[in-house]
Amino acid sequence: MNTLIVISVLPILVLYLGLYKVQKALLPVTIIGLLVAAGLAVAQWNNSAQPIYHGMMLFDNFAIAFSVITIVSTILILFLSAGYFERISNHIAEYYAIILFSLAGIIVMVSFYNLTMLFIGIEIMSVSLYILAGIKKNDFASNEASLKYFLMGAFSTGFLLFGITLIYGASGSFNLEAIRNWVIEHPHGIDPMFYTGILLIIVGLCFKVGAAPFHFWTPDVYDGSPTLITAYMSTVAKTAAFAAFLRLFAACFAPLSDFWVPVLLVITIITLFIGNITALYQQSFKRMLAFSSISHAGYLLFAIVALGSSSAGSVFVYATAYSIASIIAFGVLILVSHQSGSNSFESFNGLSKKNPFLALVLTIAMLSLAGIPLTAGFIGKFFMFSGALRQYQVLLVILAVINAIISIFYYFRVIIAMYFRDADREELMVPAYYKFVLGISALATIFIGIFPAFIANLL
Amino acid sequence: MTVSILIFLPVIAALIVLFFKNETAKYAALTFSVVELAIAGLFLSRFVPDASVQFSTDIAWMPRLGIYFNAGIDGISMIMVLLTTLLVPLIILTTYKHQYKNAPVFYALILFMQAGLLVVFTALDGFLFYVGWEAALIPIYFICALWGGENRIRITIKFFIYTFAGSLFMLLGIIYLYLQTPEKTYDLSHFYSLNLDAHHQSWVFWAFFLAFAIKMPIFPFHTWQPDTYTEAPSAGTMMLAGIMLKMGIYGVIRWLIPNAPLGFLEWRNLALILSVIGIVYASIIAFTQNDGKRLVAYSSIAHVGLISAGIFVWTSQGIQGALIQMLSHGINIVGMFFIWDIISRRLNTRAISEMGGIAKVAPKFALAFLIIVLGTVALPLTNGFIGEFMLLNSVFQASITLVAVAGLTMIFGAVYMLRMYKKVMQGETNALTAVFADISGSELVVLSIICCLIIVIGIYPQPILHISEASVNNLIQSVNHKFAQVK
Repeated sequence: MNTLIVISVLPILVLYLGLYKVQKALLPVTIIGLLVAAGLAVAQWNNSAQPIYHGMMLFDNFAIAFSVITIVSTILILFLSAGYFERISNHIAEYYAIILFSLAGIIVMVSFYNLTMLFIGIEIMSVSLYILAGIKKNDFASNEASLKYFLMGAFSTGFLLFGITLIYGASGSFNLEAIRNWVIEHPHGIDPMFYTGILLIIVGLCFKVGAAPFHFWTPDVYDGSPTLITAYMSTVAKTAAFAAFLRLFAACFAPLSDFWVPVLLVITIITLFIGNITALYQQSFKRMLAFSSISHAGYLLFAIVALGSSSAGSVFVYATAYSIASIIAFGVLILVSHQSGSNSFESFNGLSKKNPFLALVLTIAMLSLAGIPLTAGFIGKFFMFSGALRQYQVLLVILAVINAIISIFYYFRVIIAMYFRDADREELMVPAYYKFVLGISALATIFIGIFPAFIANLL
Repeated sequence: MTVSILIFLPVIAALIVLFFKNETAKYAALTFSVVELAIAGLFLSRFVPDASVQFSTDIAWMPRLGIYFNAGIDGISMIMVLLTTLLVPLIILTTYKHQYKNAPVFYALILFMQAGLLVVFTALDGFLFYVGWEAALIPIYFICALWGGENRIRITIKFFIYTFAGSLFMLLGIIYLYLQTPEKTYDLSHFYSLNLDAHHQSWVFWAFFLAFAIKMPIFPFHTWQPDTYTEAPSAGTMMLAGIMLKMGIYGVIRWLIPNAPLGFLEWRNLALILSVIGIVYASIIAFTQNDGKRLVAYSSIAHVGLISAGIFVWTSQGIQGALIQMLSHGINIVGMFFIWDIISRRLNTRAISEMGGIAKVAPKFALAFLIIVLGTVALPLTNGFIGEFMLLNSVFQASITLVAVAGLTMIFGAVYMLRMYKKVMQGETNALTAVFADISGSELVVLSIICCLIIVIGIYPQPILHISEASVNNLIQSVNHKFAQVK
């Protein structure tokens, strides 16, 4: 709760700093504020939380864990922003403020205990993201991304809201606990309206997490947005959307899993294949990451399809691993594309000769995304596969394995470009902030890969 | 004294080697690998050849999920540990006349791979086994792709995807077994005591079999192998053929058959037939090869086919033969690839048809080559003989037809190997081979060691057989006990 207050006040402070032209203080203030917010969240750990604000929110361990990981990811991304926003325009305070606003929405999303808070959280996050996607005002692709994201997002929000009202109509409450009790008390007489509500919520949330067949906005939006914002959307926003998805389904709809599991199963399989196969054909590294993020949404859906006591832990580990690796990938992409002016795979050719550090961290990130042991990504996949096998989803796991094999092709493409192809290139200057973020993230990836108990036992 | 020393020393060594300069990295790498060999020797001297697991280590890794860093050495593992620790220093020594770019990285990768291999050969926990399995793959991928031949990019990614695909299915098998254990643990001994029905065991069998069959490789999963062996740098080829393919064979003995005995019973004949087809198929292709390295690569498929056939018969003689043959094959194949490395470095070609008469200008080299060829074709009193003899004897107990076909490997092997030797070494020298310089320095050291091992093991293999005997008998009995339960 204190976390939410800090993150809501912080952007206002940042806006004032911008008003008084204290550009130098923006980043330190934001980061210190976020660290305080994360610290306040950690202080609440294991405090047997009760719902607050008349049952609107519940700041339990689940909420704390996801708040902290989203805040930490945001901090890492903000470090990468040093010098990045200045290249776009002079109004950088606004950018920090909007990112923080969306983070406030995210905190609401991971700690909601009432469907209205879910909706409000998603809207706070999404509206901020629509703006962020379009901050390159003179760039055609950025404009397109923003508009597309807005139209599609508004559309999907409609589905979500309609679903919520139908649930309310059937069960008579927005409160998660009340809805769950209603479901348990009516094992046979559940209104078709309720089922329709679940389906519409699935559609709405699948839009938000970018799962096929509701993924059409993802590649264009991720590709068109400024790379730093893409990094934010595909890590922090995606993690939050999954946390909300899982929280809702684990709390309310678990007893009805016979009804919605087949639906999500089909969505998961389509998501895996569409994400992976399309990623194979991309010539742009950034677009490849966009499609690979679709396939990772597929793996994350495993935890919801195979809902069980370990789901929260699996999503947490997977989302952490995926976020850290993606931040590295986007960070290196920002540097490389700034130098070469292109996002293509070719612009990575021969990177290992001049910048062995960048090549090494990006290799670690790719190995993690591909799920190779001794990296965090493997632990995430391992948890997902174990969870799904525990629920006897053997076919799903076999299809996932095939997808994991396909993904090697495109993740290794950039490794091959960096190490095995030659190109005349100048040495890239890597700013100290970048060195810090990339180095820390690469170390974290390996550390979690070797000592997974460190984060796996949290949830 | 636990096996952790053996596993972590190469990891630390790999990190230290990274800080050496280009020219000195190889000395550091050799020193560390010799220290590792000395430690393995110390383990051997304290090893009691009974069926127990010794020097074991058991550290909680993710105890909530039943994952422990649980490793130890029994008779079977001891042979594999010896193989690994013996070959790595030899392989490092074979690179002494090469000038690799980024040499510290090269040697660090080799040492890191050694750690992965040792984990595979000593792991007693399913999760640890899988991690070691992949940890050995990543370094060899980079070794092949960074220092390999012209087509390396396309071929190494094929190799990687092939083996990665197999191992992911194995991971599913391991997770499946874990979910069946009442205590929810990855401990191998708990896997052994499971009693699944034959249908489920068949699935487990295939999940493991795919991974191991690709690694060995068994026909028809071998298509990555000749290309990768040919394109990899010599040291990489030696690591692959000398040690890495033994991961698959070891996996069959330790993880495939005991974990899915009934599944094995159901599919044994298919596995046997595939192994024997591999022998004949690879031998025939080996006949037609003009590229020496490729010829040796195919000969390796044939030899591995016989080893796997001997194992799938599942007699104590077969396993014992497989273990000693793995050791011998490792030594011989490293020698053989080193011979071709020497030839191709001096002549800049590997085409057999362009050579001839080298024996006249390089007598020491000719002698070493001859001894290695004889070891490879399993002449009595060389190390190849005892293993092949026991393996054929074992296959004989299963089927006379199969042993007749499998026995061809000895004849075929003799024909293409001796033919290769004749064409390369005998006859008249030509413009290319007339200036062939005889071996010296590190080359002489490596080849002498290899030749000595070939002869010593050939004459007196008993100590090696004695190491693993009790463990093999114990394993066979426990699996046969399960067979008997069904009948």
